Amino acid sequence: MRTILTFLCCLASFPAARADEVLVAVAANFAAPMKEIAESFARATGHRALLAFGSTGRLYAQIRNGAPFAVLLAADRETPERLERFGLTVPGTRRTYAIGRLALWSPVAGQVDEAGQVLKTGNVGRLAIANPKLAPYGRAAAQTLQALGLWQSLRPRLVTAESIAQSHQFVASGNVPLGFVALSQVVRGGRLLSGSAWQVPERLHQPLRQDLAVLRPGEHSPAAAALLRYLASAEARRVITDYGYRFVP
Amino acid sequence: MPEISLAPEDWQAIALTARLAAVTLLILFAIGIPLAWWLARTRSKLGSLVSALVAVPLVLPPTVLGFYLLVLLGPQGPVGRATEALGIGLLPFTFPGLVLASTIFSLPFVVQPLQATFAAIGDRMLEVAATLRAGPIDTFWHVVLPLSRPGLLSAAVLGFAHTLGEFGVVLMIGGNIPGRTQVLSIAIYNRVEAFEYAHAHLLAGGLLAFSFVALLALQILNRSGGGAPGMLRGGA
Repeated sequence: MRTILTFLCCLASFPAARADEVLVAVAANFAAPMKEIAESFARATGHRALLAFGSTGRLYAQIRNGAPFAVLLAADRETPERLERFGLTVPGTRRTYAIGRLALWSPVAGQVDEAGQVLKTGNVGRLAIANPKLAPYGRAAAQTLQALGLWQSLRPRLVTAESIAQSHQFVASGNVPLGFVALSQVVRGGRLLSGSAWQVPERLHQPLRQDLAVLRPGEHSPAAAALLRYLASAEARRVITDYGYRFVP
Repeated sequence: MPEISLAPEDWQAIALTARLAAVTLLILFAIGIPLAWWLARTRSKLGSLVSALVAVPLVLPPTVLGFYLLVLLGPQGPVGRATEALGIGLLPFTFPGLVLASTIFSLPFVVQPLQATFAAIGDRMLEVAATLRAGPIDTFWHVVLPLSRPGLLSAAVLGFAHTLGEFGVVLMIGGNIPGRTQVLSIAIYNRVEAFEYAHAHLLAGGLLAFSFVALLALQILNRSGGGAPGMLRGGA
């Protein structure tokens, strides 16, 4: 599988004659699915998507200061909205490309039950969470604990990560027994990769909508327009749902 | 474990990193040697001010320094406006921008060991050279630099290694663009974000091995040609 992917990577780096390049800023949590999508996008259209990953906050600072990104795939709704207010996006291009799902996860099988009761039993030790002030998934996790009435009692046991990626690392490395992670970090094709998880019901927190927008440098780029069309295609939808995101048509 | 091999983008990142560290080191020496010499000899108050300024990157968190550089060099920043007016264009998200940021960030790692070495030479050695009718430039090339060999070496090692492993500043000012500003440390970060841990380990191992070989080569170079300066050092 790895060899095939490497081979496709090679193919993607030798684009067809009429092919165009599009520089895409991608929120770190969407890095893995976007890599797959960029590969099939190159095969389908001949265009090459160059992916620059980063936290949405840093990408925002870079775009405000003249970054040449043609498209932004953010981890939230607010960042593309704010960029639009500064006239840095192409009007009418902002839309939701994926909705993230939150999960309570442990690398140990049987540790987390399918209803999340483990949070109430109280003998789980520390609990990892992304910083609610910095990360959309952290905010959703805090809202979930508040909705369950557990925020005050669990607060002293929280270990706060700077991003959802770090929260996953805390738990995956065994330093924290369980924590809130993005479902996309622990599932492939609808199946849990390892351990045990509770898929947090979406009614417990505000939806984790991830929005995209075409930025000024991509205004007249055929490749940027093609990528936006491709992100709504059946193939892209398959990858997005495969990674545990919900797709919005 | 699945079979892992380096992709073309990894090789691009490796080549870019080596180029960045080499170019940055050249510039660091071109600026650092005269600056450190002046700092070691001057008695003016301006010297303390410049010393403190050079050390600022040691204190600032890399992402903070990167952010201020981004704003300064960006289209709304004073330096960015100047570079645009001069026809150079904007520096962030380009290779020259990375070189500039790395130079500023690694400057204290080159200037401080050099300054300490130059200061340790002392006036007597310079006076002796002067009585033998050596001019200041002659003295610098034939007395100061040979005597400073260990300091020059540690400055080179620190400056090179520090640029090689830098992450926060280059991520902010470079924008993580494959083939253009995506250096090795950032390529590792990308692999981790994409859950490609085996690949990240391979790259991190490669960075470690490469740094080690580079440092080892510098050490061997220093030992192989160290005869005469070593004797002089003993005399001082």
